[in-house]
Amino acid sequence: MMSQFSSWGKYPNQSQQGRVLPQRTSCLKKIARLSDDNTMLPYGLGRSYGDSCQNHQGIVVGSSQLNSFIHFDDQSGILRCEAGVSLADIIQMALPQGWFLPVTPGTKYVTIAGAIANDVHGKNHHTAGSFGNHVLQFELLRSDGTRLVCSEKENIEWFTATVGGLGLTGFITWVEIQLKPVKSANIDTENIKYNNLSEFFSLSEDSVENYEYTVAWLDCSAKGGALGRGHFTRGNHSGSNTDHISVSGSEKNKLSFPLTPPVSLINNLSVRAFNELYFHRQQVQSKKTCINFDPFFYPLDGILNWNRLYGKKGFLQHQCIIPKANAKHAIKELLQLISVSGMGSFLVVLKMMGAVPSKGLISFPTEGVTLAMDFPFQGQKTLDFLNQLDQIVSGAGGRLYAAKDARMSAELFQQAYPRWGELEQLRDPNINSDFWRRVTSEPC
Amino acid sequence: MNILIIGATSAIATATARLYAQKTQANFFLVGRDAQRLEALADDLKVRGAKNVDIEVTDLADNAAYPVWIEKAFNALGNIDISLIAHGILGNQSECEKDVAKMQAMMHINGFSALAMLTELANRYEKQGSGTIAFISSVAGDRGRSSNYVYGASKAVVTSFLQGLRVRMAKLGVQVLTIKPGFVDTPMTADIEKSGPLWAKPEDIAQGIENAINKGKHEVYLPFFWRYIMAIIIHIPHFVFNKLSL
Repeated sequence: MMSQFSSWGKYPNQSQQGRVLPQRTSCLKKIARLSDDNTMLPYGLGRSYGDSCQNHQGIVVGSSQLNSFIHFDDQSGILRCEAGVSLADIIQMALPQGWFLPVTPGTKYVTIAGAIANDVHGKNHHTAGSFGNHVLQFELLRSDGTRLVCSEKENIEWFTATVGGLGLTGFITWVEIQLKPVKSANIDTENIKYNNLSEFFSLSEDSVENYEYTVAWLDCSAKGGALGRGHFTRGNHSGSNTDHISVSGSEKNKLSFPLTPPVSLINNLSVRAFNELYFHRQQVQSKKTCINFDPFFYPLDGILNWNRLYGKKGFLQHQCIIPKANAKHAIKELLQLISVSGMGSFLVVLKMMGAVPSKGLISFPTEGVTLAMDFPFQGQKTLDFLNQLDQIVSGAGGRLYAAKDARMSAELFQQAYPRWGELEQLRDPNINSDFWRRVTSEPC
Repeated sequence: MNILIIGATSAIATATARLYAQKTQANFFLVGRDAQRLEALADDLKVRGAKNVDIEVTDLADNAAYPVWIEKAFNALGNIDISLIAHGILGNQSECEKDVAKMQAMMHINGFSALAMLTELANRYEKQGSGTIAFISSVAGDRGRSSNYVYGASKAVVTSFLQGLRVRMAKLGVQVLTIKPGFVDTPMTADIEKSGPLWAKPEDIAQGIENAINKGKHEVYLPFFWRYIMAIIIHIPHFVFNKLSL
């Protein structure tokens, strides 16, 4: 089934050939039925938005069969599991025993190997760094059959190339990570309605010390003095001790968007209306609640297949980080450009990232401010508009997130990730991706 | 909860074992052919909450071995609450048409071996007077079709056997459950093109099995809509059915 191996944004929307890696992996090339000069690419749950999970000159090889836990020590919180285990599986297993993911992205439907390959970050980046900072070790299987156990002590060069390495160094077969202890499944949350961009920056600064999780949702329809207004959310794991932490969130109770409409249901009108309503949904300036981890971390997971809302043409996500020194100015410029262009984004997320250095050669997270937006694909005008955004990002010394990209220029990539050549040196000769060919085939 | 699973590394059996490990912290006795995969499953189940997991590596086509490991299973678990028989092969229809030996092998592995195990288990359950015997049959056993009638027959023989066994065991308080999955996305069906809404995930089937056991059902189609699909298929008149390439 072709759609089994698509990307989340469905842009570019081309069918992708794939195979599933069997439980016992011995010879990768044989499994992939691959000749020496052909390429494959590890594929997890397909949550990468663009072409970093696609390999149209070869095949992708799925990890869905590698879904076993290997060992969990409920005293130390050290978990070892196979590459295709999802973050949702880990939560379901570990949370009732009082352990949680040290870092989690905005969806729990990613594999643990995918979380490493993209060195994902979450709402606690300012305190915890990115996912790779909590990985103790993993095994890397190369297409020549070599198996390397990688950690910060052993095969370090492979460790740093594989964390954030977009699956290009080999197949991760198993992973060992350090989970973190929690006392409940709930998050003590404060939601603050704020009126402009400078309030976002001061709220972020004020929250660094005392809040583990922070993030903001922006009303992209706001202009002028209200530019950047939105809701700032901050929270901590609830301290109330419960004997048994129950994990709800059965898939049965979830809504699923059942079909892909021919045109995007997300357009300027619906975006404007949604943003306006969403901003005003909270009347009071600040509201404190205690909510379950699931809606706190994974609001979009509540609607399975939400990407289908964007229709057959798909959508593009644009996520950048602007270094701290230039952040205030560049974020303002980006938002102004969006507001005058009328290219509204349904969800705009803004977050201040901390100083904990990432381990990977080309990890995305770095100190600064990250801004993430979704745009339905409307042909050349969408691409032109995103290029305009890139100019601001580039001018401010920023970078884009490969996991969400389908179109950045090779020039911007190479400028933003100067160590890409080191990863290219360690790339498995039989592994490649559409993304990697696009951004590295010509040195800029 | 004490659970015996035969053919434990099959995708549906694995998903079912995981579900019970998570929900009931059960004890398991896992039977299968592949030692490495059984050990991996045992580790996985323990992480998910299973109390104790024993494994038995055996060739499930070997008639002489059944009584031995069934004895071991009862010794290890004591009372058995659920026995799930999940081993089997999809085989290759066209090879079975040409080669009697291949046809017989399929009948033996999917059909007769299960009958032997069921006979052995039933006598044990008779003494025990409680619990569930569940067998993974298939919608393919409901009506022979040209594309896979050998597989279908190998399942039908057990389905029919279970209908009678169910009556015998019902008087003793033992549930006999026939599970009829439709298309399931598993390694067994890896070579089949999977498109359309009929394909289910092993996790969905596992949930259906748990529900059917809890409700004391006799027979269950999974997902549920296969009951209606098969009701139509078995009622298609021959003169139409012969023209269909099902």
